[in-house]
Amino acid sequence: MLKDLLIISIGAIFIQNFVLVQFLGICPFLGVSKKVETALGMGFAVVFVMACASAITWAVQKLLVLFGIEYLQTIAFILVIAVLVQFVEMFLQKSVPSLYSSLGIYLPLITTNCAVLGVAIVNITKFGAVDFSFIKSVVYGATAGIGFTFAIVLFAGVRERLESSDIPEFLKGMPITLITASLLSIAFMGFSGLSF
Amino acid sequence: MKKIFSNGIFKENPTFVLFLGMCPTLAVTTSAFNAVGMGVSTMVVLIFSNIFISLLRKFIPDKVRIAAYVVVIASFVTIIEMVLKAYAQAVSASLGIYIPLIVVNCIILGRAEAFASKNGAIKAAIDGLGMGVGFTLALFIIGSIREILGAGTFFGVSLFGEAFQPVSIMILPPGAFLTLGLVVMAINLISNRKKKGEKEVA
Repeated sequence: MLKDLLIISIGAIFIQNFVLVQFLGICPFLGVSKKVETALGMGFAVVFVMACASAITWAVQKLLVLFGIEYLQTIAFILVIAVLVQFVEMFLQKSVPSLYSSLGIYLPLITTNCAVLGVAIVNITKFGAVDFSFIKSVVYGATAGIGFTFAIVLFAGVRERLESSDIPEFLKGMPITLITASLLSIAFMGFSGLSF
Repeated sequence: MKKIFSNGIFKENPTFVLFLGMCPTLAVTTSAFNAVGMGVSTMVVLIFSNIFISLLRKFIPDKVRIAAYVVVIASFVTIIEMVLKAYAQAVSASLGIYIPLIVVNCIILGRAEAFASKNGAIKAAIDGLGMGVGFTLALFIIGSIREILGAGTFFGVSLFGEAFQPVSIMILPPGAFLTLGLVVMAINLISNRKKKGEKEVA
C-alpha cells in the first residue's frame, strides 16, 4: 500500500508532471510565474484545491454511478469544483486571513485551471476500479499539485533572471517564455526513464 | 458583421494574440488531424454557447452569471463528447481527457463574458464562428509543423520517404512549447516590420 502511494507520488511529481508533460494548468503556469513568491502562493493554493477536489469528486462519482448518470460527469465536476473554490475562499477569509490575503487573487482563478478538473477526471479513469481508490485519488491529487508547484517555482526562478538579460526585440515576452518552458520540459523528460 | 468574424482570426486571434486556451493548444497538436479535431469541437461548443448565453443574457442575474455560463458550456461539451463517442471514435480516442476539458478552455468563458453577454444572438454566433476558426487555424498550423517535422507525415500521409529521420522531439512535450514560441516569434517579426514600414511611410 505504502509502496503504491510512493510510486503514485513520484509519478505525479516527476514522470507525469502535470504542467510540463501533460499540459494541464498551462494558463497559470505562463500567467503567474513572473515572481517566485507569487508562484509559490499559487502553487500552494493549487495543491490544497486539487487534494480537496480529488476527495469530493470521488464521492460525487460514486453518487453518479449509483443513479446511473455517469454522462453528467463533466457538468457535475465543474460545478463541484466551482463551489469548492468559492467555499475555500470564504473559509480562508474567515479563519486564516493571513493566508487568504497572500493567496487572495489566485483562488478564484483556480476554477478555470484545467489541472483541477483534469485531476478529477484522471482519478476516475486511473483509480476508478482499484482498491483504496479514495486514498490513492487524494494522494494523486495532492502530489500532482506539488508537481505543478515544483514546475511553476522553477520556471519563475528562470523568468526572474530573464527579466534582466538582453533579449532580441522579437523574442521579448511570450516567445522567449515559451522557449524557456520548452527547455524546462526537456529537462523533465529525463525523468521519463524512471520506472518501477 | 465581417469585422466581427475576421476579428477572431487575425486581430484578436485567441491563440497567437490573446494566449487563451493554451492547454489544448499545446497538448493535442501532435498531429494535424488531432489539431483540427480539437479546433472544430471547440468551435462548435463556442458557437452554441455564445448563442445560448446571448439569448439568456437578460434572464441571468449578474451575481451568478459565471456559474450559469459554466453550466451552459458544460452541457454543450457533454453533448459534443457523446456525439464524438458515437460517430467519430477515432477523434474521441485520440483527444481523450482533453474533450471534457473544453469546459475550462478560457476562450469559451472569455467570449461569453466579453461578447455574448452584451450582444445579440446573431452577432454572438458570428463572433463564436470567427474565434473558433481562428483557434482551429492556429491549432492546425502548430499541428502541421509538429507532425511534418516530428513524424515526417501530414494527416498520416508519409511525405519524405524512408530516408527522412524524424525529429521526434517535436511531437514530444518540449516540441509543443518550442513550436508555439517560434510561431509567435515569427508573427512578432512580421508585425514589427509592418509597423516600421507604416512609420516610414508616415
